[in-house]
Parts: sequence; C-alpha cells; structure tokens
Amino acid sequence: MSVAFSRRRFLAGGGAIVLGFSLNPRVSAQGARLPGSLERNPMLDSWIGVGGDGTITIFTGKAELGQGIRTALMQVAADQLAVPFERIALVTADTARTPDEGYTAGSNSMKDSGTAILNAAAQARELLVAEAAKRWNVAATSLTARDGAVVAPDGRRLEFREIAPSVPLRSRASAESKRATARNVVGKSIPRVDIPAKVTGGAAYVHDLRLPGMVHARVVRPPQHGAKLTAIDTSAGERMPGVLRVVRDGSYVAVIATQEFQAVRAARAISDTAKWEGRLPPVDVYPHLLGLASQDTVIHDRDGANLGAAAIDAVYRRPYQMHGSIGPSCAVGLLEGGKLTVWSHTQGVYPLRGAIAEMLGMEKESVRVIHMEGAGCYGHNGADDAGADAGLLARAMPGRPVRVQWMREEEHSWEPYGPAMVTRARAALDNGRIAGWEFDVWSNTHSTRPGKAGELGPASLLAKPFPPSAPRPLPQPEGGGDRNAIPLYSIPRAKVTHRFIPEMPLRVSALRALGAYMNVFSIESFMDELAAAARADPVEFRLRHLEDARGTEVIRAAARRFGWSEYARTPGKGRGFAFARYKNLAAYCAIAMEVEVMRESGEIRVGRVAAAVDSGEAVNPDGIRNQIEGGVVQSLSWTMLEEVTWDARRITSRDWGRYPILRFAHVPASIDVDVIDRPGQPFLGTGEAAQGPAAAAFANAVADATGKRIRQIPFDPPRVRAALLENR
Amino acid sequence: MIELDVNGRRHRVEAPGDTPLLYVLRNDLQLNGAKFGCGLGQCGACTVMVDGQAIFSCITPIGAIEGRRVRTVEGLGTVEKPGPMQRAFIEEQAAQCGYCIPGMMMRAQALLEAKPGAGDADVRKALAPHLCRCGTHMRILKAVGRAAKMMGGGK
Repeated sequence: MSVAFSRRRFLAGGGAIVLGFSLNPRVSAQGARLPGSLERNPMLDSWIGVGGDGTITIFTGKAELGQGIRTALMQVAADQLAVPFERIALVTADTARTPDEGYTAGSNSMKDSGTAILNAAAQARELLVAEAAKRWNVAATSLTARDGAVVAPDGRRLEFREIAPSVPLRSRASAESKRATARNVVGKSIPRVDIPAKVTGGAAYVHDLRLPGMVHARVVRPPQHGAKLTAIDTSAGERMPGVLRVVRDGSYVAVIATQEFQAVRAARAISDTAKWEGRLPPVDVYPHLLGLASQDTVIHDRDGANLGAAAIDAVYRRPYQMHGSIGPSCAVGLLEGGKLTVWSHTQGVYPLRGAIAEMLGMEKESVRVIHMEGAGCYGHNGADDAGADAGLLARAMPGRPVRVQWMREEEHSWEPYGPAMVTRARAALDNGRIAGWEFDVWSNTHSTRPGKAGELGPASLLAKPFPPSAPRPLPQPEGGGDRNAIPLYSIPRAKVTHRFIPEMPLRVSALRALGAYMNVFSIESFMDELAAAARADPVEFRLRHLEDARGTEVIRAAARRFGWSEYARTPGKGRGFAFARYKNLAAYCAIAMEVEVMRESGEIRVGRVAAAVDSGEAVNPDGIRNQIEGGVVQSLSWTMLEEVTWDARRITSRDWGRYPILRFAHVPASIDVDVIDRPGQPFLGTGEAAQGPAAAAFANAVADATGKRIRQIPFDPPRVRAALLENR
Repeated sequence: MIELDVNGRRHRVEAPGDTPLLYVLRNDLQLNGAKFGCGLGQCGACTVMVDGQAIFSCITPIGAIEGRRVRTVEGLGTVEKPGPMQRAFIEEQAAQCGYCIPGMMMRAQALLEAKPGAGDADVRKALAPHLCRCGTHMRILKAVGRAAKMMGGGK
C-alpha cells in the first residue's frame, strides 16, 4: 500500500476523468438545510466520482464497523445513479479522501451518509442526464438513466464515463433532489461485500496491515486509567532479543521490537518492575455515585408528575459494562518527512486526527488518519487510544511503520466503560391508565470521545499530560445518560429529570445505545409493573398508552410473530415484551421472548425471541435482521452476565474468565425478526434499536416466570437465586 | 529453525520454540485467518486445526507443532473457490465484524470432519470455547448446519 495515497492520485491512477477533492466546502448558505451530511459537505464531488472505466466511486466519511454500512451505502448509490451494484466502488473514512462526517455512531450512518449519498447520487444522475440532453439537443425529461448510461427513446445511448468529463460535479448540492423511485437493489438483501474476505483469510482488518520495514510495539499500561508510574526498571527489557527501543515519557512506557512476540515479552518483563499509584472508587459503587454532586435538568415537564400517595415506585441499577471487543485495539503509525499517517479502527478519523495533532504538537494538515476495520467496537473503546499509541511510537521511530496492538488485559482494564447508572420511576394509575409519571436518571457523561488530546488515554500519561475536557451531558433530543428517558407513551402528566454527575469514578464513554439501554430497560420494566398493578395484558397496556401509528404497528407485529395472544403457559417459563423508539426519533423496535428460569441454580435460558423493527426505508433487510439479532444477543449478554469489577488496587475483570460474556450454551433457541419496510421514508438506522427492548423483554419474562421482579443488572445466577428466596 | 507444515506447505521458521504458533502464522507466514483475541485460550479467535483437532494457536508453542499438519481458514478455500464451510458462512451471511469467525469455522470444520452428522446441539457444544461479541451466534449455528449438509452429513 502506498503511503502517500492521496485521493487525487487514487482517482488519476484509476483513469478518472474528473474530480479532485473539494477541500473547502462552505457551510451551507442561508438557504434550506441540505439533507443528511450534505449540510456539512455540500459539494457533489465530495461524494461521487465517475472513473474513466465507468466505475463509480462513492466517498463516505462513515466507517464499516461490521454493521454492513458499506454494502447498504453502495445499494443506495447504485439505485439513485441507475448503475449496476457491481460497478460501485466505495471509499470509507480517510481524512485525505472522504468527507468529514464526524463519528460513525448513534445509528446515524444511514441517516447522515445514506441520505447524503442518496441525494448526491440523484443530483449527479440528473446532471448526467442534462448533459446528454444538451448533446442530443432533446428535452431531459425524454431521457432515462439506465445501467450506467443515459438512454434516449430511439435507443441512442451515452455511457456515464463519456459524459462525465463535461459534467460539473464540483458543484453544490441543492436541497431538493429528483429521487429515483425504482428499486433495483434497495430493499433487497444483497450479500455483504466484506464477508468473503473475512471468511477466507483476506486482509480485512487493520490488524492485518503489514507495511515494509514494519516494527511492533507493546505498551506497559497502568492497571487502570488515571494511575501514575512511581517506579520502573526498563534495563532488563532493553537488553532482550529484538528490542529496538524502550520509549518513556512520564508514566507512558512502551517497547518497540523487530518481532511482535519480542515486544510482548519485553513489555511483560518491564511491566513486572513497574509500580503504579492510583485510586479506585469504593466497590459498592451505587451509593458512592449517588453521593456525588449532580447537575439536574428537567428534560420533560408536562404539568408536573401528579403523583398521589398511592404511587408505584421502583429503582433500577446498571453496573459499569465494557465494550469487550474480541480483537484488542490496534493501530499502525508512520512518520515520514514530517507527515504522520495513522491507520486505525477509530469511529471518527477527523476527530482522532485533531486529537493526535494536538498531542504531538503538529498541524492537523500534517496528520492523516485512515480507517481500517477492527473487530466490532460497539462504541468508544480502545481504538482511539491505540491510534494515539501509534502516533507517539511512530514519532519515536521516524521512517519505520510501527504497529501497536493491545493485549487482552489492557483492553479489559483500560477501555472507557459504559457508565454505571441508577434510575427511579414513579407513577400513579387511574382507572387502568397512567395518570402521572416521574422518572429520574443519574448518570455520568456518555461521551468522552476525542477531538481534543485530553480525551486520548495515552496523552494523560505523558510527562506533560493533556488534561481531559470537562465532562458534559449530551443534549436532548438525542441525549446521553437521558437518552430515551422520556417515555413515548401518552401520559397526561409527567416529569423527567436528568441528574448528570460530572465526576467519573471510572473512565467512561459511549457504549452502544448509551443511556437508552438502561432507560428503556427501566421504563419498559416499569410498564410491566404498572400493567400488573392495573391487571392488564402488557401488550395491550402499552397500546392503550401509545398514539404513534408506526410504534403501534411494530408492537402488533412483534406480538403476532411471537404468538402473544395464543401463548400457552408452562411451569418455570415466562414471556416478556418491550418496545421503544430509539432516541424517540429513530428506529422502532418491539421484542417478545420466552425464558425458562432454573430455580435451583438461578440460571436462565432464553427460548424463542420475536422482534419487529421499522427503520424507515429498509435498504438491506437482511442487514437489518443481522443487526437486530446481534443487538438482542449482545443485550442479553449485558443483562444476564456483565459487570466490571475492581478492588482497592486494580480493575479485576481483566479477562474473559473474570468478565464473562454470553456463550453458545446460553444464546436463545431462535430469533425471528420482522422487518417493516417503508419505501421512500427517511432512513432511521438500526444498530442500537434492539438493546433496550431486549433487556426489558428479558426482565419482564423473568418476572413472568418467577413472580419476582429483578431491577438490578446483571441477572446473574446469584442475584436470581437471591430474588427467588425473597419473602419465601 | 523449526519446520512447519501449514495448509500442505512446508515452511522453515526462525523463531524460538516457545513462540506461540499464532504469531508465526500471522507474521512469519503472513496468514490473516487466525486472530489474536486474548492470548489466554479464552475466546477461540486464534483457533486452527492441528492433525484434525481444533487448538488455540495463541497458547500453543511452535516447538509442539513440528512435524504435525496445521490447517488455517486459508486452507479451506479462497475467495474465488471457497470451500463448503466458507460458502455456508457467506450464504448465511454469518458475520458482523467477522473477527471471531475464522476461529469458529476451524472448530466447526474439525467437528464435522470427526462427526459428519453433527446436529445443532453438537454444534452448540463444540463452539462453547468461542466468543462472538456482535451476537452473530444464531447465524453461525445456521451456517455450520448448512456446511454439514454441504459436506454430506447433517440432517
């Protein structure tokens, strides 16, 4: 791979006729807002290039994280351009080649990038048709675009590549597009383009990048974030075979060696001599967390809460949980001629570039960050920190590509966790309906993502450390800790308060679905508690309080698929239901499931799961199904098993033995997903739709099976056994 | 110098005998299939076959492998000519990030070669040492079931 592989050179080398990168897209003028990420990157040629061989290259600032975004974006482009799917090439997040679309996060890729590409492609197609019309001197309306060409009614045909040189794709997008309504590949489950390489040993990940002369590094990491180095002896490590350098800068220590395992050995030897000093919060974290100062914001107030003395009251708890990527974080850095290139599985190449440049005292323009896939990240894990490692270590070995990969213990103890949270729900019923509702959520921030050097873990260890920015709550309507804290149900009087806790006992950041996982778990558990008090069927009770038509349809679809109304009860088993619209503005998802609880062991087995999802226009239904299946299983793992642990000295959940996640023995018997397609409707995203509903449906099924309500995650066997013994 | 037989080819490797096989496969032989996941034998991402048995290559020293036949996912087929296990995973779209998948495929291959009629319960049991964080389990089970049929066993 050529390091100075610029977009311009890429296109020229590919026989392209047109298009350089629009480096300075102006912020949109006073006119209408442009759709999706076009607002931020309005030039059409930032998104689309037509090559001399007829290949269409689409540029996206979003990254493939294993969610299948690559294939879905290509489908959108193919249909709007009227080009066969196979002729679309896609370039993903790279600061030298693609638009800046911030982070690939929040289930926003289809909404941001899919919408931008849809509109840019539609407008590019119209420009190509207009150019053909001009050449033939006919009305553009008489022409159609088909198979990568403009076709006239008399059969004349101009290939896009013939017209493209005269088409001004370096022009600003307009707010309105003439959208192609024919769906050739959109709506079809086109097989994902990235899977064949992944199952045959192709180079698919940044972990597989091997550059000429590349050397290997390992970092001697503190036992947890915030610890300071008080003593170390690097001499033994320096003398070990293959060791090229030991890098030390304050509390930051790393080894660079010729061979990877040499670096592993030397880092281990040095690590054995290191003494660290740091603090960890009390093991019983919930009282500690609630004792910290909070900044309280009423995010929803509809005539107050109106709770009488008979209010039903419940408190829910969720521990710190990890992303737990199967592949530890990895990056490659190369400093050459004053320019730094970092290959990283970051979710945000531009923000990471800014943070690395600041950390190294370089100009942003001298740093290039190229996304390459990693193992699934599920939010802000170690990816950016490893990118920072690569920058620091490349600086120590100019001219040599330096590959750094974390060990399992580093990933488990150093990644920013999903925050521990507490919620309290109170409600009053009147005649079978919820008359008043009050909900409070206590949480740290849900994003400490970079943009600034202070958000890079390694930068906090340097002799001249970069202090982290002050933590901030993410604003509504999307929210952070308060994501999905406002119920979607129609309740006459309601009050919701976000109690944001700035001080972070452990380092935390974005974990898939952010606060929505916990808030939906709480609200949808509570809805079942209320339904029980009202002696109502849980599904019917939800429908009773829901006006949203699409939400209603999703609930009915999931209930139907599960066979809710025909359910036959058997001893030890129970069923549960839950629903949410992610962020209250994205995909709708409802889930029903059956569980069996083993009374003696406290073990829970999940049986059938049925889900329904409405993500707007379903570009790739099987991709959506895959995301929902995965979301259900991941959420079951969080909810059944997962909890970060520590003692006075260190994080103790340092490997899969001490941080167990779901294994095959405990995955559901089946997961059946109904994808409701809405052709022409906006893309709503899917990646985080299922986590909240899956957790609550599970909790509700456990309550249904046992008659005991568990309100603290995880539902591990000791907690389940303890709950079953209560009041017996 | 240690001689290794990987996917039917002989390689001479200059590495100490206690080097884990995984590092030699990935770096010396430049094979991407086996992945580093934990280095502790807890996740299965590094799984390869040795003399027909699935093993964790991250904790198996190359000194123990000399003279034995190592098979990695590259040995099951290619992008152009995928083997049955690979075809089954593609047809079931049994991957999200895909990082854990080659290890699962090698475990499943070992199972089906030893027990061609393996059913869902056998597959779930055999894959017990493997972790998948994306939650692709249901598809992985279907893919192995499909592979079993393609390979002439299964029900």
